[in-house]
Amino acid sequence: MSLEFTCIATYIPQPGVGAIQLNRPQVLNALSLQTMIELVQAFEAYDADPSIRCIVLHGNEKAFAAGADITEMSDATLTTMLERDQFARWERIRTVKTPIIAAVSGFALGGGCELAMHADMIVASDTAQFGQPEINIGVMPGAGGTQRLTRAVGKALAMEIVLTGRMISATQAQAAGLVNRVVPVDYYLQEAFALAGDVASKAPVAARLAKEAVLKAHSTTLEGGLEFERKNFYMLFATDDQKEGMAAFVEKRKPEWKGK
Amino acid sequence: MTFETLLFDISEGISTITLNRPDSFNAANEQLTTDLLAALAHAHDNSDVRCVVLTGAGKAFCSGQDLKDAPKSGDKRDLRDSLNRRYNPIVRAMKEMPKPIICGINGVAAGAGLSLALAADIRIMSSAAKLVEAFIGIALIPDSGATFFYPRMMGYSKAFEFATLNSPLTAEQALNMGLVNAVVHPKAFQAALRKVAIKYAQGPTQTYGLVKHLLQQGLVSSLNEMLELEAEFQQRAGVSADYREGVAAFIEKRKPQFSGT
Repeated sequence: MSLEFTCIATYIPQPGVGAIQLNRPQVLNALSLQTMIELVQAFEAYDADPSIRCIVLHGNEKAFAAGADITEMSDATLTTMLERDQFARWERIRTVKTPIIAAVSGFALGGGCELAMHADMIVASDTAQFGQPEINIGVMPGAGGTQRLTRAVGKALAMEIVLTGRMISATQAQAAGLVNRVVPVDYYLQEAFALAGDVASKAPVAARLAKEAVLKAHSTTLEGGLEFERKNFYMLFATDDQKEGMAAFVEKRKPEWKGK
Repeated sequence: MTFETLLFDISEGISTITLNRPDSFNAANEQLTTDLLAALAHAHDNSDVRCVVLTGAGKAFCSGQDLKDAPKSGDKRDLRDSLNRRYNPIVRAMKEMPKPIICGINGVAAGAGLSLALAADIRIMSSAAKLVEAFIGIALIPDSGATFFYPRMMGYSKAFEFATLNSPLTAEQALNMGLVNAVVHPKAFQAALRKVAIKYAQGPTQTYGLVKHLLQQGLVSSLNEMLELEAEFQQRAGVSADYREGVAAFIEKRKPQFSGT
């Protein structure tokens, strides 16, 4: 990736996996407007790169991201917030087709928690803490927190988190269904990369269409979702990878994916 | 140092012992138990070694006694002799080693192989690995310390169930039961094991040794006995170079550089 970034860093930890690191440790990776602009650029570049089959988004051990950059918002009015339209960038991340894994250690608060929930899976370190503390500064979650958290952990716990601003631990988050697995902080990134490697080793078109179908479950009726799923399923029969995958299964060998 | 059935390596304060009979899932034959005891003795005596990693090559950690390994003399395997001469000294050497032993359960750990894993101080397990009791499957009792480790680690009821029904434990079950410290994706396993080992190799080795002794003593002692022992051992820890370094680093608000002495 030849883009120049100041708030994030991108690198390829292993073939097929694109990593994005939030890189403003001095402010616990607060999500400034510039950070969000760069994030979208990085996501778009990876999404357009056929060699990247899974994206891992992470911060550092102390913080995934501690929230929005409050200093940028403290003087804003209704009009400036409307004009700024900052959530358009979050919408763009929602529509990324490549599977995304968030590797979360330390704080994932407010916008940080919401960003982690934009990922398709979350690998957490045992030091991770999730929360939506917006209520403490007189507002509420604005980047999907009330919707995605409720879908992930249910109404009761989501209400408690949103209305009290209290944080939940990695273990609680796992028990509630917000995160996929919890591993010691020393190697949570390796765990995330290994999981990403698993995803990257699958047929890429199938992975993208499957991601899209799973996400559909949260935005449609069962009937509509089933129809959507069926269309995506049939669509895969137009790919070389479907032929290769099924032939390899019958011939008892490993498939070689072409990504088309 | 080289061994027929093990890979043995010392670097950065870590002594890595890799059981290396992958074709038989690292089954323990005479040679392997002999080699392992010698390797442990070497790691014990070598002052460069500040922690020990015990793991397996290939798909398994250790499948236990090699049932195809014919006894040297006579027709019948003398099981008492095999334990007293081969396995028990290994388990004692591991528990008495005054340095942390990290077991990397890279794959299945069965029978005496599981006992070896449980004799270590910390266990990192691959999510693809399983723990198998195995002994009861051939109508033997769990040995090599298993009857000491099982009830203390899982409680009596679970221990009895595990030792009699022979149902394997998945990595997730083992983690939930507190038998292992962490479960890691197979692809992340080596890196994870190394990170833990480096952490221990850079720690206050002598004090780790004291902690190890005390915690084992704590399993079989009264509170009063432990209070007395703690006072005595704290006095010993207090004269270590690492204690001086730890306090100095705390006051100077920096990370301590422990030498292990």
